[in-house]
Amino acid sequence: MWNRVGALLLRYLYLYRRSLARSMEIFFWPVMDLLVWGFVSVYFQRVGAPRAVLFLLGGLIFWDVFYRSQQAITLSLTEEIWVRNLLNVFIAPVRIGEVVLATCLLGLIRALLSTAVLGILAFVLYRFDLLLLGPALLPYFASLLLFGWAVGMCTMAVILRFGHAAEALIWGTPFLLQPISAVFYPLGVLPSWLRGVALLLPSTHVFEGMRATLANGRPELAPLLPAFALNAVYLAAAGGFFGWMLGRVREKGYLARLAME
Amino acid sequence: MPEPGIVLEVEHLTKRFDGLTAVDDLSFSARRGEILGLLGPNGAGKTTTIQLMLGLTAPTSGRIRVFGLELARHRREILQRVNFSSAYISLPFNLSVRENLDVFGRLYGVPDRRRRIAELLALFEIPEVIHTVTGKLSSGQVTRVNLCKAFLNDPQVLFLDEPTASLDPDIAEKVRNALKRVQRERGVTMIYTSHNMREIELVCDRVIFLMHGRMVAEGTPREILERADAESLEKVFITIARGGALRD
Repeated sequence: MWNRVGALLLRYLYLYRRSLARSMEIFFWPVMDLLVWGFVSVYFQRVGAPRAVLFLLGGLIFWDVFYRSQQAITLSLTEEIWVRNLLNVFIAPVRIGEVVLATCLLGLIRALLSTAVLGILAFVLYRFDLLLLGPALLPYFASLLLFGWAVGMCTMAVILRFGHAAEALIWGTPFLLQPISAVFYPLGVLPSWLRGVALLLPSTHVFEGMRATLANGRPELAPLLPAFALNAVYLAAAGGFFGWMLGRVREKGYLARLAME
Repeated sequence: MPEPGIVLEVEHLTKRFDGLTAVDDLSFSARRGEILGLLGPNGAGKTTTIQLMLGLTAPTSGRIRVFGLELARHRREILQRVNFSSAYISLPFNLSVRENLDVFGRLYGVPDRRRRIAELLALFEIPEVIHTVTGKLSSGQVTRVNLCKAFLNDPQVLFLDEPTASLDPDIAEKVRNALKRVQRERGVTMIYTSHNMREIELVCDRVIFLMHGRMVAEGTPREILERADAESLEKVFITIARGGALRD
């Protein structure tokens, strides 16, 4: 199994080596975001919000973990559709779980690289030290990574079913979740009716925990329990949804049509 | 148990899409080392039949057995021993030929991939493209690289959907010769679709004509010509496509 997963992963890594545009996705856009939000935070700090750098840059870097993770799944499989390679993959003796696992691992690599670059730049440019999160850093990272995988699987299932018409979801879905994930502001800012919805997202618990950790100077691990519990539910649901949708797609003949369009 | 020598059996295969019957109660088999042509006008059900035989599309009813194994239950084992090439799919254009073939070699668990890739590129007379980015190849080279991918795992059954569609006559003949050579030497069964009837006469041992998803004629190219009292398969094709029938 790991040989096949490794082969698929290698295919995507070859792509990053060959394609400047794909490599830019890992570094260019996150760095641009960091610069904009970094300067916004500096400005807030000057007008009397001393923790702006901490909260905004922490939120930005962690949001990027979720974003890269879900994009690795969706963009990798959509790339196969764009280059008309999807059927070659689906007629190889590969389990669909292995394909998904390879894209998840790609998400891990992308998120690690992106976080490392952003973490270093944030320290150099704005004196924001990601390591202030201490032992909470890795579980927060893992939780957002897992949520990205779950959202990525659901998005990809919809793309396999509805084809090119649904491709906008690759970029759109994360931004649908961003306002209720309390990325850049505390949960309390949301209207009370929306807070209940927000608490159903693992990302909300992570961002709340991140702010508490940065504010108090000690790791807040309590939010991790609901975050990981929700992730387990969402991952199981996303896997089931992906499998069910793939069955429907096979039944309706959409897979071959999408791959040969 | 399948008859000795039978590697592919299709029994009463039917596929309906929202009221449209694309494949209608189709039954046929293919022997080891046979090249079986699937012919018919656009929309006759050839491509859907191939997709069903690869497990890409689920049948409405009927069954498919490959190497005596039910496709529905043993798809992965079967896929390990079959492969597919089509003029309508391609390998990632932004990877080099070596990278593409290496990835698929790994997926199929091909031992000694370097040697196998070199052998196949030599068989299809394109050893010089090994380090070229696939997107920079001519369409004839792309087709042959796709065929190299299709032969990587030394398949026992090979599905070829219009494999020479984009090739000039010279390269098309080279590809046909290479396919015939592999068929002779390795006993590979090939399921072959093409709109080039001259090519079908040259390559196929037996052909099946499909119309509206149903089999309307079956036999060797010579038998079909005799029954149609025609001088070429192209004439037979036109007769069938316009609703004519062959003698029993």
